Amino acid sequence: MEQAISPDPNAGKTPLIDMQDISIAFGGIKAVDHASCNLYPGEVVGLLGHNGAGKSTLIKILSGAYPRDSGTIYVDGAEATITNPRHAKDYGIETIYQTLALADNVDAAANLYLGRELLTRWGTLDDAAMEAETRKVMGRLNPNFQRFKDPVKQLSGGQRQSVAIARAIHFNARILIMDEPTAALGPAETEQVGELIKQLKKDGIGIFLISHDIHDVFDLADRVTVMKNGKIVGDARTSDVTKDEVLGMIILGKCPPGATPGPGASTE
Amino acid sequence: MSEDIQESAAEPAYKESALVKFLRATEVDTRMLGMVGALLLIWVGFHVYGQIFNGFGAFLTSRNLWNLSVQTSSIAVMATGMVLVIVTRHIDLSVGSLLGVTAMMMGVLQVWVLPQYLGLGHPMIWVITVIAGIAFGAMIGAFHGYLIAYLGIPAFIVTLGGLLVWRGSAYLVARGETIAPVDNTFKLIGGGPYGTVGSTGTFIVGFLLCVGIVALLVMGRRQRIRFGFPLRPMWAEYLIGAVGSAVVVGVVLVMNSYPWPAGIVRRYAAENNFEVPEGGMFISHGFAIPVLVALAVGVVMTFIATRTRFGRYVFAIGGNPEAAELAGINTKKMTMLIFALMGALTAISAVIASARLNSATNALGQLDELYVIAAAVIGGTSFAGGIGTIYGAILGALVMQSLQSGMVLVGFDAAIQQMVVGGVLVVAVWLDSLYRRKSA
Repeated sequence: MEQAISPDPNAGKTPLIDMQDISIAFGGIKAVDHASCNLYPGEVVGLLGHNGAGKSTLIKILSGAYPRDSGTIYVDGAEATITNPRHAKDYGIETIYQTLALADNVDAAANLYLGRELLTRWGTLDDAAMEAETRKVMGRLNPNFQRFKDPVKQLSGGQRQSVAIARAIHFNARILIMDEPTAALGPAETEQVGELIKQLKKDGIGIFLISHDIHDVFDLADRVTVMKNGKIVGDARTSDVTKDEVLGMIILGKCPPGATPGPGASTE
Repeated sequence: MSEDIQESAAEPAYKESALVKFLRATEVDTRMLGMVGALLLIWVGFHVYGQIFNGFGAFLTSRNLWNLSVQTSSIAVMATGMVLVIVTRHIDLSVGSLLGVTAMMMGVLQVWVLPQYLGLGHPMIWVITVIAGIAFGAMIGAFHGYLIAYLGIPAFIVTLGGLLVWRGSAYLVARGETIAPVDNTFKLIGGGPYGTVGSTGTFIVGFLLCVGIVALLVMGRRQRIRFGFPLRPMWAEYLIGAVGSAVVVGVVLVMNSYPWPAGIVRRYAAENNFEVPEGGMFISHGFAIPVLVALAVGVVMTFIATRTRFGRYVFAIGGNPEAAELAGINTKKMTMLIFALMGALTAISAVIASARLNSATNALGQLDELYVIAAAVIGGTSFAGGIGTIYGAILGALVMQSLQSGMVLVGFDAAIQQMVVGGVLVVAVWLDSLYRRKSA
């Protein structure tokens, strides 16, 4: 059984993110129950599980949207204090939420810089500079995009998505969290997001890719971490397991020989 | 991302009429044009109605327009704050009562308390009173904001409670007594013949406004050139500058063509030891001080709403509160600050209202909350949040006040007046929602 696991390319490296023993309960429901996972530089980790498995909740703890009940988060091996979204951003953790989290009534530049506005030397908003920067970023991500003056409400799903992505990568993110990044996209756009992920990975950015659909993730991810009922079922390199085996982890909580089982693995 | 190509390709094929081209070139807000049109319609309508049925059109006279400007000030100041409150999906029902209690507090301070220590008519009395009043209003506003943001009580309930609590406290401050007369300098902030800047002052203000309009146009164009953004055609820049300046000059001339009544001129002459010449003297009112206060508030609030982080966050919170929170904006603190600002503006209105009345009564500001909310909503502030402009709210206040005083001038019953105002509010919001659905 041990021979099935390939040598760990991350051995000896310090993880970018190491979440240890994280728990959070809403009322009586343990949404995340003593879960641990990690992420190395230049690595794509797929966080998989059914709807309601606790993956979005776990990741919202990392991005500072929810305060955790217990557990520790290490960034670059040092304990990190993350109790609100501003803290997470200070550590270079950027999130693309499933809902995109855009302020619909303002334009692309205002969304890109929301919370981090560029100011003139008199302390007022420098809208022209922000729009100029936005034109540059969007030019790379989505060269056809021209609607810089329109509120993002009026943009298409793909355009909105590229605004959300632009916001996440523009501020030198080191850790990128993408929650169901392709749920609202067509095939061509999904392809484009895949290309972007490969590019970011080359730049040494660590990426958490969250999905309930294994097909979205398997080809892009170096590693998958599977959750079920708030617990970690197991963790496996995509080179050591098949899609069907991962599906077994998601549905049955059954760990294949190629995976490292977690507290949520079913014991038969 | 693939559909962008089709979208951008489709745009040039779309045929534009001359009007659409004109609006696009000048970048004028069509909604504002509609409001200005409605306002002119109301003005001309009441004037003509008066001419036909009463034999005298009183509306489009310098006297009435001057009075209208003074009457609008108090509501307009509060409406600018109400825009921010409604944009963030809250409401403030307490402004009328808050105005009442703040006016009472300031009345007691300047009539009963300060003269004891400083002596009657001391020049610092009005300064201390105004500062204390604004601080008091801001504190109560912040308290409302705290209850709403940190204790999670809906704004409707907190400020409905405030409406009752502060009206009651306004009574308790002086057990229902009317406090009068207010300090002589303080009184000037309410307008009246002496509370104006006169003809020369009005010309100076008008000149500064014109310079401001041109400066904004030049600066805007320079910014666009700096970043290579599409420019307005030159003729459109000139047109906007000319129309803006013409409006300012028109207002200045109207304000200056309303003279002091003969009695006031005689008293002024007697006080200053000169003879009134044969046939009377023409001394212009010019801009009333409360109008200048409201104008200054409008400029400052527009600046806050459009040029600062605070304003940007207000609109972002209104558009999507959750997204604002996730972007790292402290939405609770923002809510508290917005209500504190509303309280401070209410205090400024309290200064204007009590100075104009030359007294503080516990009934001051009754029903003002409804006029303020109506002004903001008629001015295009959306209850769904995220949409609204300061100048819209000021125009909205002017529309409300024009209706109100127009009906008084032509002699409508009080009962009819209420019904018309109520009906207009509902129809205005209906028209607005139609407009939005079409333009969205």
